[in-house]
Amino acid sequence: MLELKNVSKAFFPGTPNERKALQGINLKLEDGDFVTIIGGNGAGKSTLFNAIAGTFLIDGGNILLDGQNITFWRDYKRARQIGRLFQDPLAGTAPNMTIEENLSMAYLRGTKQGHRPGSRKQNEEFFRERLAELGLGLEDRMKTKMGLLSGGQRQAVTLLMATIVPPKLLLLDEHTAALDPGTAEKVTALTRQIVQRHRITTMMITHNMQQSLEMGNRTIMMDQGKIVLDLQGAQRQGLTVEKLLELFRSHSQGEGDNDRILLS
Amino acid sequence: MTLLAFQGAVELGLIYALVALGLFVSYRILDIPDLTVDGSFTLGAAVSAVFTAAAHPWLGLALGAAAGFCAGMVSAFLQTKLKIQPILAGILCMTGLYSINLRVMGGRAMISLLRVDTIFTPFSQGPLGKLPVAAVAAVAVGVLLILFFRTQTGLCLRATGDNETMVRSSSINTDRMKFLGLGLANALVGGSGALIAQYQNSSDMNTGVGMVVIGMASLIIGEALFGRSSVPRSVFAVILGAILYRIIYAFVMARGLAASDLKLISALIVTLALSYPVVIQRYKLRKLMKEASKDA
Repeated sequence: MLELKNVSKAFFPGTPNERKALQGINLKLEDGDFVTIIGGNGAGKSTLFNAIAGTFLIDGGNILLDGQNITFWRDYKRARQIGRLFQDPLAGTAPNMTIEENLSMAYLRGTKQGHRPGSRKQNEEFFRERLAELGLGLEDRMKTKMGLLSGGQRQAVTLLMATIVPPKLLLLDEHTAALDPGTAEKVTALTRQIVQRHRITTMMITHNMQQSLEMGNRTIMMDQGKIVLDLQGAQRQGLTVEKLLELFRSHSQGEGDNDRILLS
Repeated sequence: MTLLAFQGAVELGLIYALVALGLFVSYRILDIPDLTVDGSFTLGAAVSAVFTAAAHPWLGLALGAAAGFCAGMVSAFLQTKLKIQPILAGILCMTGLYSINLRVMGGRAMISLLRVDTIFTPFSQGPLGKLPVAAVAAVAVGVLLILFFRTQTGLCLRATGDNETMVRSSSINTDRMKFLGLGLANALVGGSGALIAQYQNSSDMNTGVGMVVIGMASLIIGEALFGRSSVPRSVFAVILGAILYRIIYAFVMARGLAASDLKLISALIVTLALSYPVVIQRYKLRKLMKEASKDA
């Protein structure tokens, strides 16, 4: 499905501030995989997502999606197959446009751009149904400007937007971290539901160790730009948060501040 | 103010409304302060004057707008592909266009179109003079613009100014949207220049100076008075704002102020409108501090 071959990326190369954000990452995902990614701050989790989504080009290695080499594709071109959610609920939607207009925009993904009116009747019905599935009552507020919604509502709509044309790969970058616990739980449940229904291959960054074990079928731990732990199958089954922390301590290099993973 | 002067002001306002609409597209929709406008207005006027002098006024109008479109594309190229800051890209375009405009006008600083047929000529004998032509131009452009913003492309253009990241993650090339948007904005401005040249029977190298500020003043006046809650409302607010600006202009002129003073007034209007939120915030903070000190 997704294959990373020896992917590397350095920031400020050739200067005293050089930081090797990704160092020879090799990773292969199967169709329908749901991978949770954990690691301390600066471990390279978001950089990994940026590399996959094409926010910047990598310094070395190759990225393959469904057999296609997308290493040098521009970000918007990759977006046809890769959906992404950020931690910031403001990042994924246009605040001055209505819910319906935002969904219409997202619905364009993959389809060819034409000059049909942006909000057609049948689309409207479709959007209404999908919004109703969120269970937030937003289906009756389609003409409301996005900026008037709460963070949780916006993130739920962003999730819907990212999956309204099911992508091959979904990247979730701590998408519930900025929400209050109740709302976060709701968005997490929605995520599970949507991913399951469309069988979308998903990668999710989380700081919640419990969640990283509960969700998905595989857990990756990153440290200093490398994948230090890759748990799946029997190895992952029955693993507790304590054991996971233990594993993290034994695999991470930065001693002394190992607990940052808990705090952050 | 005489009725004739008033009608003249309305006519000019309707034509200049295209500049304000151009700025609405670039500044409001795309959120890009595009200074290319000063150059592309004169470019449209120059192209239009040259073709009108050669007895092709309609062609002049079309090509004036087309030339503006090209100027906007150059500005977009500098901003997107060469990553030059929007303000600087606009200044570069404006400066470069000065030479180009002079070339278009054959090295003359002014082209006179006296006793030459313009698109206004067939209508100027009517009871309302040039007013119907100007009104049709402004309203038609306004309606087309509203319809355009309802298409998917129009939606993408609006979203590009609102949240670029989101548009890119909807697999839309925002660079292309900027090309289109700035092209469209400057085509409107060029079209306005083309109309003005034929309306005034002359084209002058300096007609475009300060056009950005004038356009912005019209935009701001219109939005402040008539609202900006939706695209259709904004479009008509902007047109009315441009007319109002010209009426104020005519009024000030009738009072004996020099026409050149109005650029300063425009600059002040725009400054006031842009600084308004900050000033209000300061005022509120002051009040709050005063209240708090009472309790202390």
